[in-house]
Amino acid sequence: MLDSQAAVPTSSHEDIHSPALLHHFATEEQQRNASSFGMWIFLATEVMFFGGLFCSYLIYRLWYFGDFGAASKSIDATLGATNTAVLICSSLTVVLAIWGAQIANRKLMIGSLILTMLFGLAFLGIKGKEYKDKFEEHHVPGASFSFEKVPIPGHPDQYANPRHAQIFFALYFIMTGLHALHMVVGLGIFTWLLTMAWKGRFTPEYHTPLEVGGLYWHFVDIVWIYLFPLLYLIDRHP
Amino acid sequence: MSDHAKSPVKSYFAVWGALLLGTYLTYKAAFIELGAFNSAVALIIATTKALLVALFFMHLKGASEKLLKLVVISTIFFLFILMALSMADYATRWWS
Repeated sequence: MLDSQAAVPTSSHEDIHSPALLHHFATEEQQRNASSFGMWIFLATEVMFFGGLFCSYLIYRLWYFGDFGAASKSIDATLGATNTAVLICSSLTVVLAIWGAQIANRKLMIGSLILTMLFGLAFLGIKGKEYKDKFEEHHVPGASFSFEKVPIPGHPDQYANPRHAQIFFALYFIMTGLHALHMVVGLGIFTWLLTMAWKGRFTPEYHTPLEVGGLYWHFVDIVWIYLFPLLYLIDRHP
Repeated sequence: MSDHAKSPVKSYFAVWGALLLGTYLTYKAAFIELGAFNSAVALIIATTKALLVALFFMHLKGASEKLLKLVVISTIFFLFILMALSMADYATRWWS
């Protein structure tokens, strides 16, 4: 890139390779593998990042078992289930976009990218509705937090400890908030991918940004797949 | 490269269907009294769904690079270390 003026082709085969191939890679396959490998390393750090939060959830869930159940029950599980389905659909459209690039089907690629972003926005909208409910119910940790006289599931004669329930809601807002932040970053990445796709930068030979951006999107989906049962579905049974 | 490859679209839609089915099952199972098994069922379904996404959508299935396998396996291993060592403390405090 920097020394493009200095790079004088010395043999005839050097100037017929794809313009997307950077000079420090031997082949396009090597370049593609290096790119997705970088994303996998980043995802490994993300697993440890979210892993710490999942670990603290596990510890407090074991300590304040019934209080967590009572607090979880106050969240609208149907909204959570809908959002799970929305994210799964968005993951499907991501792989369809990559497939569109692989078979040089511009309509499929761009349509799938737009659908992915619409699903992502729908997810954030539903999440916003959920947060609004929690604000109105005074379930946001802080000075105006209130969780009085809420029975513990399975023990109708016992009330949940509001201080313990507050820890559940703190974890709920941190974990879903951090996940939502990842969704916002993902939407930014996909805006860029859509622009590149629109300009015709992706070909069956070169569409690495789609694959790498897709890896990130699927990872955010996987985090949600665990968040959904842990935050929305505990102690639901009568 | 994709000229010779079989169209993966069918498998993409099959995985998508399985993921939606898993979501439905985990939602329904949460409302059935299973005692301590409620959490186990939820986590087994979630892990199955996560594996489906990783293997088919993130193309881990069929990945031949050894370096990539090393990263994925060590990620799971270190997550296990984090959870196991923390629980070795917190889950055993009532023992004595």
